[in-house]
Amino acid sequence: MGIIKTDKLTFEYIRRDEEGNVEGINRAVDEVDLDVKQGEFIAILGHNGSGKSTLAKHINAILYPTEGTVWVDGMDTQDEKHLWDVRREAGMVFQNPDNQIIGQVVEEDVGFGPENMGVPTKEIWERVEESLKAVGMYEYRKHSPNKLSGGQKQRVSIAGVIAMHPKCIILDEPTAMLDPNGRKEVIRAVRALNDVEGITVVLITHYMEEIIHADMVCVMDQGQIAMEGTPREIFSRVEELQELRLDVPQVTLLAYELKQRGVNLPDGILTIEELVAALTGLKGA
Amino acid sequence: MGQYYQTESVIHKLDPRVKLVATICFIISLFVVDSWVGYVVAAVFLAVMIKLSKVPFRFMVKGMKAIVMILMITVVFNLFLTPGEPLVTFWKLTITKEGLRIAVMMAVRLSFLIVGSSLMTLTTTPNSLTDGMEKLMNPLKYVKVPVHEVAMMMSIALRFIPILLEETDKIMKAQIARGADFESGNLIKKAKAMVPLLVPLFISAFRRANDLAMAMEARCYRGGEHRTKMKPLQYHAADRIAYLVLLVYFSGCVALRIYL
Repeated sequence: MGIIKTDKLTFEYIRRDEEGNVEGINRAVDEVDLDVKQGEFIAILGHNGSGKSTLAKHINAILYPTEGTVWVDGMDTQDEKHLWDVRREAGMVFQNPDNQIIGQVVEEDVGFGPENMGVPTKEIWERVEESLKAVGMYEYRKHSPNKLSGGQKQRVSIAGVIAMHPKCIILDEPTAMLDPNGRKEVIRAVRALNDVEGITVVLITHYMEEIIHADMVCVMDQGQIAMEGTPREIFSRVEELQELRLDVPQVTLLAYELKQRGVNLPDGILTIEELVAALTGLKGA
Repeated sequence: MGQYYQTESVIHKLDPRVKLVATICFIISLFVVDSWVGYVVAAVFLAVMIKLSKVPFRFMVKGMKAIVMILMITVVFNLFLTPGEPLVTFWKLTITKEGLRIAVMMAVRLSFLIVGSSLMTLTTTPNSLTDGMEKLMNPLKYVKVPVHEVAMMMSIALRFIPILLEETDKIMKAQIARGADFESGNLIKKAKAMVPLLVPLFISAFRRANDLAMAMEARCYRGGEHRTKMKPLQYHAADRIAYLVLLVYFSGCVALRIYL
């Protein structure tokens, strides 16, 4: 069993009218089976309302499945005995950077998680230092979070999670409210965590550019996993992606269009460099 | 009360608990003493503390501005309405000897009180003040007062004040851009104009609260139990000396009251 595993995970939102009668049931997540191995980088892709955030909140035991089961490191998230262990092992970073920073000074915010876990004072300081260094925010440790940029705030949030020494991190659209620079900063920090520290990463996003480096990609639609595979496999299925209302990166789209017109190019080109290499190779041939 | 004034001084470095206790003792001492010698002692004590804090005196005077009205009213009422030996009489008003004495005393008490508590807020960050209060109130836990929760709420409120201010500004500009008028009209009209500002502000505040609660839970927050502190409060030598100085001052005030 992997670090995160879901078995036929189903979650239903119940809509009620003003008197509290059940008006209808929304199935946000519909029988999802997921198996993430330790150290993997998984990306979950989907347009708004596809159920990807709901799925994420199950991994951190913020929501409990209506049907099915979620295991984190072998622990059932519905088991109250393990609630705090699950939350410690699966850290979560949310979308809005302002609404998840608790401390009034950067270092205090990073220390919040370890404080809650009852870590001794001396060790809290060590953890704060190492996690701020891991996201490259150590020089800002005495700053007020209000004075930081969006990307910096989001990196502080990530540091706050890694200070708890989790085995995996779930990032729920961490870049949705950031500008392109902030987005790059955050994705770079996340990749470093995965490469250097070996932390399992589940990245939820609707920006295709961010998933290029993932080991595996799941595309969600209407609560179900519609496509699954490596980024290259996913990107070679341009038409399906467009049907799911997802924007394919421009390079991939260009390569796809060229191929449609009869240019001999490989499937699923992800970066400008790859396309350039493929095109110059053609010229030589 | 003044906002925190950043500088390096003995007073700044003191434990917030010491400063809280000292402020309370100082306020009590102002009401304990009732002789001029006593006020001179209090004034000297306050002056030494201000000097030690390295905070410019004008910052403390700023705090006084807010209470000028209250001060005036107190002085005027005491001056004219205290019965006793008449000093000056003009028209129907009489200033008595006792009235003059009480009026001056009240003015001195109130201004010392304000300057003294400003000194505390000027030399202590809101953060460590909350920490200090939490620690001081800790015994109240046994009578089921949610001390930790109150302190947590205070520090979260402090963190969100600038964010909500910024948001208010944004909403206001958005409404002005669509023709809202917050400036003109009488008081009632102005109050009514605030509704389209307050409704979105409240909605957003609730949404933020919901998000924050979720983020806190995701980071294993479960109230004050089993919690350790990143920056635990610890008394140092300077704090002990400060308590000693405070004890000498306070017992001096009490002694003056009894023997003078």
